[in-house]
Amino acid sequence: MARQMTGAKMVVQALKDQGVDVIFGYPGGAVLPIYDEVFQQNDIRHILVRHEQGAVHAAEGYARSTGKPGVVLVTSGPGATNAVTGITDALMDSIPIVVLTGQVPTFMIGSDAFQEADTVGITRPCTKHNWLVKETERLSQTIHEAFHVATSGRPGPVLVDIPKDVQFASATYTPPEKTKVSHYQPQMEGDIETITELVEALETAKRPIFYTGGGVINSGDEATKLLRNLVDATGIPITSTLMGLGCYPASGKNWIGMLGMHGLYEANMAMHDCDLLINIGARFDDRITGRLDAFSPGSQRAHIDIDPSSINKVIRTDFPIVGDVATVLKQLTDVWTERGRKVNSEAIGKWWAQIEEWKKINCLAFTQAGKTIKPQYALDRLEALTKDHDRYICTEVGQHQMWAAQYLGFEDPNRWMTSGGLGTMGYGFPASIGVQIAHPDALVINVAGEASWLMNMQEMGTAVQYRLPVKQFILNNERLGMVRQWQELLHGERYSHSWSDALPDFVKLAEAFGAKGIICNDPADLDDAIMEMINHDGPVIFDCLVEKHENCFPMIPSGKAHNEMILGENASTKDAIDAGGAVLV
Amino acid sequence: MSALKIKKGATSHSAYNLRPTFSDTVERHTLAVIVDNEPGVLARVIGLFSGRGYNIDSLTVAEVDHEGHQSRITIVTTGTPQIIEQIKAQLGRIVVVHQVNDLTVEGPSVERELALLRVTGEGEKRVEALRLADIFRANVVDSTLDSFVFEITGAPEKVDAFSDLMRPLGLQEIARTGVAALLRGE
Repeated sequence: MARQMTGAKMVVQALKDQGVDVIFGYPGGAVLPIYDEVFQQNDIRHILVRHEQGAVHAAEGYARSTGKPGVVLVTSGPGATNAVTGITDALMDSIPIVVLTGQVPTFMIGSDAFQEADTVGITRPCTKHNWLVKETERLSQTIHEAFHVATSGRPGPVLVDIPKDVQFASATYTPPEKTKVSHYQPQMEGDIETITELVEALETAKRPIFYTGGGVINSGDEATKLLRNLVDATGIPITSTLMGLGCYPASGKNWIGMLGMHGLYEANMAMHDCDLLINIGARFDDRITGRLDAFSPGSQRAHIDIDPSSINKVIRTDFPIVGDVATVLKQLTDVWTERGRKVNSEAIGKWWAQIEEWKKINCLAFTQAGKTIKPQYALDRLEALTKDHDRYICTEVGQHQMWAAQYLGFEDPNRWMTSGGLGTMGYGFPASIGVQIAHPDALVINVAGEASWLMNMQEMGTAVQYRLPVKQFILNNERLGMVRQWQELLHGERYSHSWSDALPDFVKLAEAFGAKGIICNDPADLDDAIMEMINHDGPVIFDCLVEKHENCFPMIPSGKAHNEMILGENASTKDAIDAGGAVLV
Repeated sequence: MSALKIKKGATSHSAYNLRPTFSDTVERHTLAVIVDNEPGVLARVIGLFSGRGYNIDSLTVAEVDHEGHQSRITIVTTGTPQIIEQIKAQLGRIVVVHQVNDLTVEGPSVERELALLRVTGEGEKRVEALRLADIFRANVVDSTLDSFVFEITGAPEKVDAFSDLMRPLGLQEIARTGVAALLRGE
């Protein structure tokens, strides 16, 4: 049953056939035919953002909290270039996003037409793949292929650039099931011989550790389930990157906290001292490894990753396993079970005793004294008062992001949306909008710094228009806190342009948008204020005035090894030296 | 920050690790990459090399399967073993790349390059150029009273050697195709 339709109608039909229920976008001249089709149907909801970067971050929030691809629709030229930051963010964090951009008519391409930009050229390095569709006959197939590429293998953003004349012209629509099978079919199963070698190493390892990342979450719920079963059955400690938080519950008995530059002392020390490091869906990022030549010096390393280019990129691997996390974990569990589910329990018991010693230094300790709210205290209270809710957390980028990762606990995957790889200030607010759209009844909180938050504050309009009760929990130190911290520690306390001299009154700002504003500057009022925020049925800007010069610890200064952390003043450093012989600088 | 014993004003620290730990033995590899022949595919490959800081010594591209819309890109690159592995893996993840073969590893392979050289000269120099061309089995494809255009085919080293010899004999201009390479039969 061949169906003739215009390119614009094809776009909407293809999205429906791909199971899309919401798109984030902003109209403009080169996408008017598609917007006309969007207007004439009710299956797909369109969320009008206030800036195209916001559309992509919202789609990322939607994608990360649901596991489904996020869809963005923007116009040509500035619409597309504004989306570039969001697209790059999605590439770095492997988030499946399908971006549809309008383009000037094919016969005007290359003529410097109004709102023309070389969109596929500009986005080629920041998408997983992109297409310029020059014939309406190819449009529906290309969109189906785009969804396939975005969601298979290592997920990522893709872009389809659609000239206006292609939207107007008619052709036959090809449904997904009739679309030519793509040659892009990433390897899912791991090499069974290498997996068996890894199991052999696991059976005898004295100080093994699981180092997990966002790949576990991207692989899906089955991967999380298999991972949890394997970790609990083996009794091996597990740490995770920023991106992987929630793949193992924070309350789980084998959880030793996040690792990396601002990771927990015990997690970093365990990475340094382990003898078998099993990397599952993480990529040895430079925020994780610290100094490479001192990285985990005594360990054999296994690396499970669906992207072959991640393996041996920065760290030499003894057991390279290319494959999907869930598939490989199933294989690994089967092999381990067939061989009798053995581990070196006695040695692992000693290993845990060592880890418990490291835990005793209590690296996240802080003292809330006086009339100024410590940011750690604010997050501690936020955790206490919200952890029993159906809760989703987004963050912006900076100190508050690291504190959120340290002080909030994540029991499940897809509950934590943060910009890891690209470190995009301005990510969190629009992401929280995307999350709330996907989960209308959940408590969605964006933990923010005031500087990051201001980068996409125009999205207040979106939050209010769609009555999205997103809570903007701003830790306001009137500083670019992380920049200030580096300047204090490494640049002679010369605070070059790291403070904001003209901040808005956030309560009035909220009110100007028709939302609720709350200000809190007294630790004694904090609980009540947080409860007021939670109980308000609508968007809230919570201006939490915190200590201005607080630093984020623990911290591995760059160029240092995992066992060379800087600790906060409240950590019990004496025990640490006794326990691990660590060098603390 | 005195409690933390970090030296004030220390600038030797950086936000990034400034100590690369890779081996510095540089190897030369010839890669054959089979790609979909579609607009922008060469830009993807070249963009990968420039974006990630890899070297391209030579690059040739042409359609090899008209029916299947496939082109073959032959790339000669240099880098440490780790970088070469990365280049292959990164090429492999480009969606329109079907296959990446490292001819240097999978070899033995045959490498050939074609060059055109215009040499002008008179008298003894002109005779000498012609004599050397004969030795190198280069063909004369154009001739005037005071110039030749030679066509030479061979491994890149042979083309190098020939052009070095032609330089003092009046080499005016040279055009090289870059390397085409193929595995030898078993």
